[in-house]
Amino acid sequence: MPDVAEVLDRAFRLDAGRAVAALIGALRDFDLAEEAWQEACEQALRTWPTRGVPDNPSAWLFTTARNRAIDRLRRDRIGLEKTAAAVQIADLQALGDDMHEIPDDRLRLLFTCCHPALALDTRVALTLRTVAGLTTREIARAFLVPEPTLGQRLTRAKRKIREAGIPYRVPPREVLPERLDGVRAVVYLVFNEGYAATEGELLRAELCDEAIRLCRLLDHLIPDEPETRGLLALLLLQHARRASRTDAAGEIVVLEDQDRSRWDQAMIDEGLGLVRDAAPETGAYRLQAQIAACHAAAPRPEDTDWPRIATLYTALAATRPSPVVELNRAVAIAMADGPDAGLRLLEPLAGDLDRYHLFHAARADLLRRAGDADAAGLAYDRALELVTNDAERRYLERRRRDLASH
Amino acid sequence: MRYLLMIYDDEAGYEAATEEQREAMRREYGTIADGWGERGLMRGGDELAPTSSATTVRVRSEARLVTDGPFAETKEQLGGYFIVDVEDLDTAIALAAELPAARSGSIEVRPILDM
Repeated sequence: MPDVAEVLDRAFRLDAGRAVAALIGALRDFDLAEEAWQEACEQALRTWPTRGVPDNPSAWLFTTARNRAIDRLRRDRIGLEKTAAAVQIADLQALGDDMHEIPDDRLRLLFTCCHPALALDTRVALTLRTVAGLTTREIARAFLVPEPTLGQRLTRAKRKIREAGIPYRVPPREVLPERLDGVRAVVYLVFNEGYAATEGELLRAELCDEAIRLCRLLDHLIPDEPETRGLLALLLLQHARRASRTDAAGEIVVLEDQDRSRWDQAMIDEGLGLVRDAAPETGAYRLQAQIAACHAAAPRPEDTDWPRIATLYTALAATRPSPVVELNRAVAIAMADGPDAGLRLLEPLAGDLDRYHLFHAARADLLRRAGDADAAGLAYDRALELVTNDAERRYLERRRRDLASH
Repeated sequence: MRYLLMIYDDEAGYEAATEEQREAMRREYGTIADGWGERGLMRGGDELAPTSSATTVRVRSEARLVTDGPFAETKEQLGGYFIVDVEDLDTAIALAAELPAARSGSIEVRPILDM
């Protein structure tokens, strides 16, 4: 059974991020800010059932958290610490009672949590904990790590922020583009962590929702950033397919076999709208969103505009050169111009991608389409040697069997 | 906050350089250090002799163990350091990125604790 404070925290999750951000701004202390918010939630659980829920619950929670922090500063700080505490108390009192009246501090919080001086998995965990307001237990479950391990990771991160002097601020103009890219990378990582899980574990699908929420927040805090819009479009267009990506037995259903009537049309419409409005530039997220849009806009698999997808992959390869992008480009060209064209493009990638199961799976599929069942079988065997995810293994085994029966 | 910027680079390159090239490198570091000094950020810094001159000392069970060479053999060696006093880590990172060794080797940025 989840603890009651967790339930309340979830109900006020968006407020939690905003309140904790404001408290950290005044306190410069992640732990004290989080503990004060936690105590306010616990107090709400004790008093609301008997005295009734206040008219403005989030303002009540914020004021209570602020007062809890002031109490603890007065009580716990001794000696020389009292001077620093007096400054913190004055800053807290200056915040006023209604957090919605004060400037939104979540952007500063987001940039601090996504600072490149923190390890990538730490940035992800810290962002989910403090900005998105997930509990340590929820994050630990979503990332399949023991709760104490994740707790230690968060503790170390907060210590590094304090000791290394990581600033609590929006970075200056000259480094803003690079740091903004870093924030988007964290958002995308949260999404992929949820998206890659195909076994229908509820919490992991929630990570996708969480990433979309974070992306919307980023888009709200720094509006009109084309790449943020591009990322939002990409996430929406991919997440729209969630219901059709696995069948009732939890087996993978590939794009061309998916029941397109089960795609989330509202999400697709929003994603397509964002892609349409985007400037025709070559940012990596915008290009990927446009590729996703080609799939989402096709009523049937055979309506897919493969030549356009191939062009977009060519542009993506120029922006973010990588063998995996080249692999996708080769597959798109195979779909547009036939399997032989694709196979020719795969040849030079064999060295870089020899350990990558999807390279061999793609090659197997193209060899099958080209009518070379023997070579396709060998390529499936190689893919099966390398695959680690069980659902993917079962999918590849099915394809391998289908090959033999034809 | 004060930060120690530790300058790591492959010293073989430096050893192989001519005296003129070394002088040019020193001038480059000198110009950067002067600039930081004018901005009031410098708290110290030195170039170190190569690791071939290093000696490592340990005391175990009251016995002194003295060995030739650096504490750890690494691909890049500590060749010098700066101490700067700046507002936060972002500023320290920006300064570290100005150093020539950031392009060929790496700079470790460490906060110095105030006692």
